[in-house]
Amino acid sequence: MSVEVETATKHAGEAGHSGPEIRSDVHVRIEPLERGGVSVALESRVKPYYGDAIRRQTEEVLEALGVRHAQVAIHDEGALPFVIAARIEAAARRAGLGEGTRVLPDRLSLPDPSPRDRMRRSRLYVPGSEPKYFINAALHGADAIILDLEDSVHPSEKDAARLLVRNALRAVDFLQCERMVRINQLPLGLEDLEEIVPESPDLILIPKVETPGQVIDASQKIAEIKANYGITRPIWLMPILESALGIEKTYEIATASGEIVALTIGLEDYTADLGVVKTATGAESLFARQRMVNAAHAAGVQAIDSVFGDVGDMDALRAWALTSRAMGFEGMGCVHPLQIPVIHEAFAPTPAEIEKARKIVAAYNEAQQKGLGVVSLGSKMIDPPVVQRALKLMARAQAMGLVA
Amino acid sequence: MAILEKTELVLNAAGRMVPEIANGRPQVPYLGVGKYQPRGNKAAPPIRTAADYPESGDKRVADLETALRKCGLRDGMVISSHHHLRDGDRVALMALEAAARMGVKDLMWFPSASFPSQKAAIELMASGVIDHIEGSMNGPLGDYCTQGKMRGMGVLRSHGGRWQAIQDGEVHIDIAVIAAPTADPFGNCDGSHGKSACGSLGFALADSLYADHVIAVTDSLVPFPCIPWQIQGNSVDYVVTVDSIGDPARIVSGTTQVTRSPDRLRIAEFVARFLRDAGIMRNGFSFQAGSGGIALAFVSYLKQMMKDAGVKARFVRGGSTKYLVELLEEGLTDYILDGQTFDLSGVQSIASNPRHVATSPFTSYNYHGKGNFASMVDAVVLGATEVDANFNANVVTHSDGRLLHGIGGWQNCLAAGCTILAVPSFRDRIPVIVDEVTTLCGPAELIDVVVTERGIAINPRRQDLLDAVKGSKLPIHPLQQIKAEVERICGGKPQRPQRADRPVAIVKWVDGSVLDSVWQVV
Repeated sequence: MSVEVETATKHAGEAGHSGPEIRSDVHVRIEPLERGGVSVALESRVKPYYGDAIRRQTEEVLEALGVRHAQVAIHDEGALPFVIAARIEAAARRAGLGEGTRVLPDRLSLPDPSPRDRMRRSRLYVPGSEPKYFINAALHGADAIILDLEDSVHPSEKDAARLLVRNALRAVDFLQCERMVRINQLPLGLEDLEEIVPESPDLILIPKVETPGQVIDASQKIAEIKANYGITRPIWLMPILESALGIEKTYEIATASGEIVALTIGLEDYTADLGVVKTATGAESLFARQRMVNAAHAAGVQAIDSVFGDVGDMDALRAWALTSRAMGFEGMGCVHPLQIPVIHEAFAPTPAEIEKARKIVAAYNEAQQKGLGVVSLGSKMIDPPVVQRALKLMARAQAMGLVA
Repeated sequence: MAILEKTELVLNAAGRMVPEIANGRPQVPYLGVGKYQPRGNKAAPPIRTAADYPESGDKRVADLETALRKCGLRDGMVISSHHHLRDGDRVALMALEAAARMGVKDLMWFPSASFPSQKAAIELMASGVIDHIEGSMNGPLGDYCTQGKMRGMGVLRSHGGRWQAIQDGEVHIDIAVIAAPTADPFGNCDGSHGKSACGSLGFALADSLYADHVIAVTDSLVPFPCIPWQIQGNSVDYVVTVDSIGDPARIVSGTTQVTRSPDRLRIAEFVARFLRDAGIMRNGFSFQAGSGGIALAFVSYLKQMMKDAGVKARFVRGGSTKYLVELLEEGLTDYILDGQTFDLSGVQSIASNPRHVATSPFTSYNYHGKGNFASMVDAVVLGATEVDANFNANVVTHSDGRLLHGIGGWQNCLAAGCTILAVPSFRDRIPVIVDEVTTLCGPAELIDVVVTERGIAINPRRQDLLDAVKGSKLPIHPLQQIKAEVERICGGKPQRPQRADRPVAIVKWVDGSVLDSVWQVV
C-alpha cells in the first residue's frame, strides 16, 4: 500500500450498514479531499427507482454540511430519505466535516402535547440504530414508541444512532403513539439531549437512575435546550431504576422533578446487581416492584413494569402482565409488537370490574344529584376512595374502547 | 437459428402494446373480460390401438433416452413437464439433457412452471437444444429471458390458461414427460405416495390427455394397480424407472411456518377481519389462500374467528398446508379441494383423508370449459408485485421489469366472489401501489380489495363491499390515499425504470388472448 493512499484514507468517515441481509439502511463513506469537488459513487438496490433522488439528496446534504471536496461512496439497501440524511451526516462528522451543522429533514406537523397522565400500558422499544424498525413501529397500536439510544445501540454507534433518532422524530409519523426516547446513562445522555430535545419528544427515559441529582441534571439540561429553541410544550421524564441503590431511593427520585410522570424498573440490570437469576415469575424482584408501585403512588406518578424478554412465550407474558396489573403497575415495556395486544388485554379491566365500577359511578352520580354526602349501593356504603377508583377505572375502560 | 422475430405491436383493450405474432403463431389481443368468443372444436391426440401395446400391460423401457427415441423425438418438438416436485424436480432436466445427448435442437420446453434449480436449462438454450420456454420463468431463467437472450418468445400462462392452450390446440405437446412419485408398469401414476411424494398430479393431467406421446418416470414402481391413478395408464406410452425423480427436501417443506413479521401479521389479520366483518365468513362459505407467509397467517386468524363465530366452510381450496389440514381435521371445513400440496401434512392428508381431494386445472381453472371452480369460491387471498390506483395488478415482474413469479393460478382465482390482494404498501422503499403497473396480469374490474399494513382499500366498483363493512372498526381508506402516504414516506414517486422496445415474453389472459408484453430490460 502506498503512502499516498494511507494519507488519503486517514480521515475517511463511514456510517451505516449495507449487505445482502441489511434492509432499509445505507452505508456511506466520505473521504475528504483537498480539491476536485465532490464525486459520488452510488450503488443501490432501488437505483432504477430512486437513483436520481438519492444523488440529489446526497449533493444537498453535503452542500449543507459544507463538504466541498470529497469522494463519497454510497451503498444503499433501500433506506428512506431521513435515514440517508442521518447516515451522510454521521459519516461526515466522523470524517471531521460539518462540525456544528445539522441537516434536518422536513418536519411533519407535531402531534398534540402528551397529557401528564395519559395511558401508558405498552411502550415498544425500537433500537435506535435499526432504521428498518422505525417506519412501521407505530402501526401496531402501542401507547408509546421508545426510540432507544442506550442498551440496544453499540457504544461505537451512539453518535450515529442519535442522528437517526433525531431525524426520525422529525420525519416519521408515530400516529397515536407517545414519542419517547431512552437516552444513555449520564453524562453521555446529556449529549443525546442536545440532538433530541430540539425535536420535542414527548418523554425522555433516563436509565440507571440512582440519585435524585441525576434526574435534576437531565431536567436542567432539557430546560436549557428548550429555552434556547423556544420550546414550551412539556417533555416528560421517566426514570428507570435498575439497581438496589436506585430502588432504595425510589421515592426521592420520583419527587425529584415536576416533569416526572412515571417510574419504571429495569429487571435485567436489577437482578444482575443482586446477583440473582431473573425468573419468569419474578419472585426475586417482588420487593423492588412493590416498592416502586408504592413510591410512585405516594409521589403521584405512574408505576410502569419492566419489559418481558421472551417474545416466544405469550402465555408467560400474559401471566406476568396480569400479576403486574394486580400489583398496581399501569403498563409494561414491549420488545416485539406481538406482545402489545397481550399486554393491552391483560391491563384491561375485566367485564366484572367494569360492571361493578359502573354501578358505583351511577350511585355516585345519583347521590350528587340528590345532594347526598353519602354514596350507597344497595345496603353498602361506598367510601370516597372507592368512588375515585371506580371513576378512574371507567375512564380507562373508555380510553381502551371497552365502554361507550 | 430463429432469432426473436420482428413483429408488429398492437394496442389491446387494456391499453397495452402486444405482439400480433408470437413464436410464429398469430395472437388474439386481449378484448376485455369475457369478450373473446372462441369457435371450433378442442384438439385431440391421435387414435391408438391396444394392438400396439403389450397385453401384459408392462410398458417399461430401459431408460429415458430409449423412451424418447421410441416416441420419435426430433428437432423442433414440444416437450412438457409438470412442477409438482417444485424446486426438487430432477425429471424435466433429465429429459431435456437426454434430448441434448441425442443431438436434437430447437425444442420448446413447456413446463407447468420452472424453478431456480432448473437453471441448467440456460445452457440448453445457449447451445440451441431449447429454442424457448412457454411457462413461468423466474430467477436465472427469468433473467435470461428478460435480458433478451432467449431465441423464441416466452409465453406466460396461468394454470387454467395452460389447460386452455393445450385443449384449444394453441400448444401441441409432442412428448409429455410425467414425473410420478408412484407408478405401475401400465403407467398409472399417483403423486400422494412414494419416497418423492408431492400430493396431487393435477398439473400433468392435460399433458397426459392431449400429448401425442406420454412417458411416466418414477422412482417408486409398484405392481399393477397403482391406486389411486391420478394419471391413467391408458394415456401413457412408456414407463421409465430411475433412482430418484427429485430431492424430497425441496419437493415439500417439512413444516410451513407462519410469518413472524409484525407488518405481515397485521396484513393477515386485516384480511381475516375483513372477511368476517363483510359477512363473507358465514356458514357454508369457501375460500382459497396460497402458501405465502401472509396467506398462512391469514388462515390462522380466520380459523380463530370461525371458531368464535361457530362458522364452518363448505370447502377450502389448496395449495394445501398443515393449516388447511387442521381446518379439515377440526371440522371447520367439509372439504379441501387441492390443486397442489405444499408440506408434509398436506401430502399425508391427501393420501389418507377422502375429504381432501386432488383437483386439476380442468376442474379448478379452465376458462374454456363449462364453468370452473374458481368462480364459485367466495373469497381468495393473493399476493401481487404491484397494483395501480385503479386496482390493476401485476404478479409476474419486479418494478424494474425482471421476471419474478409465474402467474400460477393467480389470474384464474380473480374470478372469485371477492378477490383480495394482501400486500405490503412498499418493499425496500419501492412503492407497491404505483401509477402504472409494469406488467398487467389482472384487470382492475376483477380485483376487489387491496389490504396493506396501512389500511384496506376497496374497489369503488364494489359498492356492496363498501356498504358491508360500513360501521366496522377496519381502517378502510381510498387506495389513492394509501398510495399518497407511501409516496411521502418513500420520498416521492419512483422513477420509471428504462426498458427496451422489444417484447421478450407475452402474458396471456385466461382465454388465451394477449394481455400484456414483458419487455427486454436494458
